[in-house]
Amino acid sequence: MAYVAVKGGERAIDNAHAWLAEARRGDTSVAEIGTAQIAGQLGRAVDRVMTEGSLYDRELAALAIKQAQGDLIEAAFLLRAYRTTLPRFAHAAPVDTAAMQIRRRISAVYKDLPGGQVLGPTYDYTHRLLDFSLLGEAVPPPAPEAPAAAANMPRVTDILAHEGLIEADGAGGKEPGDITREPLSFPAERDVRLQSIARGDEGFLLALGYSTQRGWGGSHPFVGEIRAGDVSVEITPPELGFAIDIADVTLTECQMVTQFKGSKTVPPQFTRGYGLAFGHADRRAMAMALVDRAMRAEELGEEVTAPAQNVEFVLYHCDNIEATGFVEHLKLPHYVDFQSELETIRRMRAEAREDAA
Amino acid sequence: MNTGYNFAYLDEQTKRMVRRAILKAVAIPGHQVPFGSREMPLPYGWGTGGIQLTASIIGPDDVLKVIDQGADDTTNAVSIRRFFARTAGVAPTTRTGDASIIQTRHRIPEKPLREDQIIVYQVPQPEPLSRLEPSRAETRRMHALSEYGLMHVKLYEDITRFGHVAISYDYPVMVNHRYLMAPSPIPAFDNPKLHMMPALQLFGAGREKRIYAVPPWTDVRSLDFDDHPFRAARAPHSCGLCGATDGYLDEVVVDDRGGRLFVCSDTDHCETRRAAGHTGADALAAE
Repeated sequence: MAYVAVKGGERAIDNAHAWLAEARRGDTSVAEIGTAQIAGQLGRAVDRVMTEGSLYDRELAALAIKQAQGDLIEAAFLLRAYRTTLPRFAHAAPVDTAAMQIRRRISAVYKDLPGGQVLGPTYDYTHRLLDFSLLGEAVPPPAPEAPAAAANMPRVTDILAHEGLIEADGAGGKEPGDITREPLSFPAERDVRLQSIARGDEGFLLALGYSTQRGWGGSHPFVGEIRAGDVSVEITPPELGFAIDIADVTLTECQMVTQFKGSKTVPPQFTRGYGLAFGHADRRAMAMALVDRAMRAEELGEEVTAPAQNVEFVLYHCDNIEATGFVEHLKLPHYVDFQSELETIRRMRAEAREDAA
Repeated sequence: MNTGYNFAYLDEQTKRMVRRAILKAVAIPGHQVPFGSREMPLPYGWGTGGIQLTASIIGPDDVLKVIDQGADDTTNAVSIRRFFARTAGVAPTTRTGDASIIQTRHRIPEKPLREDQIIVYQVPQPEPLSRLEPSRAETRRMHALSEYGLMHVKLYEDITRFGHVAISYDYPVMVNHRYLMAPSPIPAFDNPKLHMMPALQLFGAGREKRIYAVPPWTDVRSLDFDDHPFRAARAPHSCGLCGATDGYLDEVVVDDRGGRLFVCSDTDHCETRRAAGHTGADALAAE
């Protein structure tokens, strides 16, 4: 075989893209999937892509999922690369989750509470049996509806705070950091930590949260509350001088209530772990809350021993866009470095042979 | 050229931020400057740092060369060159001498660079101490104090164990007698080119969000000991195509019976030599 200098990278790339487009479309005798179908019927995938892609836009997230053939990390990457080009015209006011239009609200620490327990559209108590009727097409019967309640749904942490049993909510006031504009630096404050894990990989957060339950930095958590529903986003344009409502977003919020033995200056009280995600995402919000609490170990005077408590470890490795890029870059050519390794190992082996002789 | 995006993709505010980081990096040679790295439409680890540097310094009159492993036609080099052709419409070249900006991964061209050129390195891991100390809070402190004993111990341990330093690429260097720097995963063979280079050298690590620089005519020393001086290694052969004995060589497997062909890793170097009439031992077989 003669050596032919590798040429034609350009054509190879074009052809690969053409093949990819064909593979993405699949069997053309089957109807093409529409982004409205993805947005409407694969909503949990859309939620995850919006959260990890840090952009609330169901249609674009659906497009990204379609373009990525359902690879959700790839879809989140597409969304991130789009969002980074968008201009910033305003900062929203903090959303008020106490005023959420509730679709789901549960607490594990009280049997009943003002506003009641609302299961909402949850998989929690489904039996995980494949529903073969979904192989066909059917319109489900309408779900029964309760009369719209103007019920007051106070946050469980506010109920606990009323009695002074839980620490005060994190101090607001100062301008929060922005991980999309400023590189991480350490020690990282809680605003920056929460931002990072809010768009961190769900699997990574889940595993880390789970590890705290198994003794790697445990904090005896209780689900104070999980609530999901719509909140309005408000901005105050300087030329108007008052707040206007620009959008509604669906959020899932989890407040973990965890033990704290107290310190020299603070009496024993419950502490908080906080999780927030776009869409319906109990698992993600709960895992995030566990990891948030674990990363507060140092601030609360606890010994830092477990991976979930190591802020640098968690923040530098939670981003799946960064992680997938760097892991997958190993498939790029490395033959120059490998060549230098070959020369080194040959030299070492030659020296070892000489020594043995 | 694609419209809809700003010239060279990044918005002007972002470019300004990157340029400020570059200026700081040039002012403190070898020091890693944190910057607000953006998500790029190419994956992290595939040159996002280098792309952001190039995007921030490139103008319509620039001539761009992009290489990966020394070659202009490797797929990722093609992809990055296309990105700039699409977003900036600049003239590409494969000739080292014609380029005003050279973006590279893993190599420095064989042809010496000039004062009117800039070389942009893609850097996967900007922290030279990362394998010895995983915490960036800690390594930052070590750089601030010039506390590099850990790296000298690592080199010393290599020598006691193997008789020589066993780092063959991304070989750590001391810049301007002050900062320990990762030269990016270039083979140690390329390290001497870093020293007193007339061209400005910029290093970009997108995922790690760091920029650093070696200004023209700066002292860059590969770490070594008086009794174990630094040695740049290459395959002990000549290029099969052009006969060059001075350049870094790739080893190409030509059959399954141990047959090997050594060829220049720098494709422009090889083509220039062949155009000038130089031939190697395997040139005929390869045609």
